[in-house]
Amino acid sequence: MTARCDRAPAHPGDADAHPTNPHTGDVMKRPIKTAALALGAAAALAAAPAWAFDAAPKINDGDTAWMLTSTLLVLLMIVPGLALFYGGLTRAKNMLSTMTQIGAVACLAMLVWVMWGYTMAFGDGGNAFVGGFGKLFLAGITPDSVSGTIPEYVFACFQMTFAAITVALVLGSTVERMKFSAVLVFAIVWLTIVYFPIAHMVWAPDGLFFKAGALDFAGGTVVHINAGVSALVAALILGKRIGYGSEHIVPHSLTLTGVGTGLLWVGWFGFNAGSALAANGSAGLAMINTFVATAAAGLAWMLAERVNGHKGSALGFCSGIVAGLVAVTPAAGNSGPFGAIVLGAVASVVCFYAVSVLKPRLGYDDALDAFGVHGIGGMIGAIGTAIVYAPALGGPGKPDYETGHQLLVQLGAVATTIVLATIGTLIAVYLAKAVTGLRVTTDVEREGLDLGEHGERAYN
Amino acid sequence: MKLVIAIIKPFKLDDVREALAEVGIAGMTVTEVKGFGRQKGQTEIYRGAEYSTNMVPKIKIEIVCAADLADKVVEAIQASANTGAIGDGKIFVLDVAHAVRIRTGETDDSAL
Repeated sequence: MTARCDRAPAHPGDADAHPTNPHTGDVMKRPIKTAALALGAAAALAAAPAWAFDAAPKINDGDTAWMLTSTLLVLLMIVPGLALFYGGLTRAKNMLSTMTQIGAVACLAMLVWVMWGYTMAFGDGGNAFVGGFGKLFLAGITPDSVSGTIPEYVFACFQMTFAAITVALVLGSTVERMKFSAVLVFAIVWLTIVYFPIAHMVWAPDGLFFKAGALDFAGGTVVHINAGVSALVAALILGKRIGYGSEHIVPHSLTLTGVGTGLLWVGWFGFNAGSALAANGSAGLAMINTFVATAAAGLAWMLAERVNGHKGSALGFCSGIVAGLVAVTPAAGNSGPFGAIVLGAVASVVCFYAVSVLKPRLGYDDALDAFGVHGIGGMIGAIGTAIVYAPALGGPGKPDYETGHQLLVQLGAVATTIVLATIGTLIAVYLAKAVTGLRVTTDVEREGLDLGEHGERAYN
Repeated sequence: MKLVIAIIKPFKLDDVREALAEVGIAGMTVTEVKGFGRQKGQTEIYRGAEYSTNMVPKIKIEIVCAADLADKVVEAIQASANTGAIGDGKIFVLDVAHAVRIRTGETDDSAL
């Protein structure tokens, strides 16, 4: 089993070709999935040797080097990036618990990914909802296997880190009260019934959203909307933390949250620019957008605070940065820089209202605002991508691009993701509850999960 | 012997220490404390959630001195810790029954 030679004739000059065309469905994480050469086609090529030589999948050194780097950048987002970002936002008594849960589910996701995750997302011969099971335990993949212009092992690792960070993001709503064992059970089930299928729908050439022509450059739908909505559902089932709304439940170290924010931003260049799956112009576009959308978003959140009579805050800055990164994820290679600036700023302000007005009104305890920032920011990003893709707004769309039609496609993908994430999370959380009891005892919650679940303190 | 306890603004600690050195005080115990009096606390806001903290950070100084020095000590603290604003703090003076220097076993005034 070699080569997904999806990226048709691998001419070097092809590298800077336009990333996407929503009308033909050649979208999203492009190179892998443009025009997959079916096995039949490969057989036909064998009959025409000269041509076949040209079309044979070829590893590009530059692309491979960049994708190896990008993969590590995404790992940097998880540990220590997300672990510090989330950890700083919790109370000191739950710092280690938060960091440990993130690290542990990321490890679990990596193992599950090579066992059955990769094949469920990218295995050949599946349907619109899930991949075929031919690559269970990475069957058939060798160092010579090629995906697009990079070794398949590299592609599998890159995608592995996405699964790892997405499941870790969900925990933002459930920290400070969910059992460690429950987190692990939830992670395995959730990855299997929610993440892998949606990843397949978005990124595999025969996936539902891919075929519909949804624009999602780096995974706004599968990572952020998915994680955000799942986080909300999990928080609702889990219930509020003891003392929520009456006691002082405040971040114990915004310094560490700030450090985590910086690591997330840096790592996000692997996430977004890496999603070009090549070292090319599309990656460059994703990079500049990941700079400017985020910069606009960081300032916009603080501006929203000022307009609402508060002081511009450090936490506001960090929240804005993350909201901007989330929003630009689907738009990274699908927007011009100025479209990205507007998208980042709008998403940041909407997220501000979601966490400071909507959440208190509805009364759910989304502890670290995984839904408010990733869910809401992801939706703004997914829908906004249809707008900023338009060539009239500086986007990379073709002249005949129809914003209205694309908006409907995006809305369809968002709605489908919300439904699947909700149902899958209900199943995963209740299963975790049946097996582990889900929530720590009142005493453990009062004393802190660091001592109660891990037998340590973060600070001595 | 007298025990002088003073609650002062944290940034006044160095001024107070210098003023006390001038009146001949060679040692003191300093603790970071929290509390409230007329000066109310601040409001903290995290992602729109407001928390009013009514405890204000202060420094507590404890000095044990000879009884005849107590008035000078109190004056020195009162003068050096004063900013004129509410929240400058308070000074308390208590009687001390007995004192021992651990290293030598000296007692009372000679132990100070």
